[in-house]
Amino acid sequence: MAGEIVVVAEQVRGALKSAALQAMTAGAQLAAQHGTTALAVVAGPGAEQAAPALGEHGAARVLALDVDTADRAAWAAAIAGAVAGLQPAAVLLAHTTLGKDLGPRLAALLDAPMASDCIAIRSEGGAIIARRPVYAGKALVHVAGAGGMLVASLRPNALAARKAPAAGTLESAAVTPAKTGLGDVLKEVLASAQKKIELTEAGVIVSGGRGLKGPENFAMIEELAAALGAAVGASRAVVDAGWRPHAEQVGQTGKTVAPQLYIAVGISGAIQHLAGMRTSKYIVAINKDPEAPIFKVADYGIVGDAFEVVPRLTAAVKALKAQG
Amino acid sequence: MKIVACIKRVPSTDTRVKVGADGSSIDTAQVEWIINPYDEFAVEAALRVKEAAGAGEVIVVSLGPAEAARELRTCLAMGADRALLLKDADASRRDALATASVLAAALRELAPDLVLCGKLAIDHDQGQVGLLLAHLLGMPCVTEIVKLSVAGGTATVERAGDGGTTERHEVALPAVLTCQKGLNEPRYANLKGIMAAKKKPLEERDAGPIAARLEVAGLELPPARAEGRIIGEGAAAVDELVRLLRDEAKVI
Repeated sequence: MAGEIVVVAEQVRGALKSAALQAMTAGAQLAAQHGTTALAVVAGPGAEQAAPALGEHGAARVLALDVDTADRAAWAAAIAGAVAGLQPAAVLLAHTTLGKDLGPRLAALLDAPMASDCIAIRSEGGAIIARRPVYAGKALVHVAGAGGMLVASLRPNALAARKAPAAGTLESAAVTPAKTGLGDVLKEVLASAQKKIELTEAGVIVSGGRGLKGPENFAMIEELAAALGAAVGASRAVVDAGWRPHAEQVGQTGKTVAPQLYIAVGISGAIQHLAGMRTSKYIVAINKDPEAPIFKVADYGIVGDAFEVVPRLTAAVKALKAQG
Repeated sequence: MKIVACIKRVPSTDTRVKVGADGSSIDTAQVEWIINPYDEFAVEAALRVKEAAGAGEVIVVSLGPAEAARELRTCLAMGADRALLLKDADASRRDALATASVLAAALRELAPDLVLCGKLAIDHDQGQVGLLLAHLLGMPCVTEIVKLSVAGGTATVERAGDGGTTERHEVALPAVLTCQKGLNEPRYANLKGIMAAKKKPLEERDAGPIAARLEVAGLELPPARAEGRIIGEGAAAVDELVRLLRDEAKVI
């Protein structure tokens, strides 16, 4: 069917990322608004096992591509080859590490403009319009493709995943894309010391700043995060000081996050930090300084010594979870 | 070895954003302009690759208004050999595809061995030009690199994967690489560099007509967050916080 909404869904061994389910939901809702249906495209080992969940979240059809996902150029070429003939109205992806890479490649192959890191998308007057932050979130723009297809990546957690069962008919396609001749070889993936929750996709984040006084004090941040099943974030100051890795930095020159809950401990709330987390659903601030700018964006603030408050909070969370 | 670094002139990170009169762009009256910070990593990386090779040429290219010549001069002062300004008074309104097309045309002429740019520009925050440029030039692309070494026609790079992992890639040159924070610490232009920059070639050309593919239907300030509150002091406030998170916010 021409004019479908295509959703590129990211899965690992048959399990879809929550950001992928959010994108599927957005695609299904957009399709309903646009008077069409949604087609999910999956690839990688286990792709076919993802079909039922995609159907549950609104995919009328699911296309499983058999392609070497270690070669992202080939992967993008395979998707483009599979969907170009359908003349989709939009191609959606989650704005994850993978989506940031595949999206622009797809846009180039499909000769379509792309809107990155969108927080909303809708069909209006026959056009697909995306809303996205610019200037580190200090402004929002509404953008539309100038006549035709729009590729859009969606910010994780900006939209909620919702079940809206559709047929989810599975089709498989073995793809042999022409060797792209683009010599990029992924040599190896080095795992980090401990398995960490990906910050940009986490539902809860506990973040620490200079108020923690030293790197050893991040242990209590990690403990609170563990109790909450949360990812650990950090301010630029502590990353620049070498206390935490850059991968944990939240802010204008770090990561932009939009979790359900963001707990800022010992973080003053500089504009550049706020740029990275101000669209969190709920913000909690724990800081000794009642004048700290972070309290202006926090839904709930505690003025106090982090070294007293955080352990108490960890204990309370553990007790709550124990009650089940 | 010919290395091209692409830079963009952008508003500084502490700009107070105001909606412009046309309702689709920002008011630039009081904006302070800088080189996109991620592009500084690209320029620095280009200089280091040239230095490591012992020979080569670093060319800095920008699509921008006439004033962007200033940013290009700074790159020349850092050590780049020559610069090219593709002039467009409305450069900042161009979408990524339009921008990449203009850059690609100029870069095809230059036939570089390596193209470096920042992972994204901090005004539009799209992060697409590097990949689009690579496609148009028929080159491979690895984005957001935090480590780079070049030897024998191959670039070996590292980038962050998910959950704290690190990916290592080998890319055959010519290639496009986009730069992430942590790749290097850009050098400051010293006085000697600034003086030398005055004599280095800075070519200016009109960018030519650019077809915009993404239409901006409107620009607005983000909705203000609802007023929050300080719920208490010290550890004594914790129980109330947990109650609110559980019953009011329903996030735990």
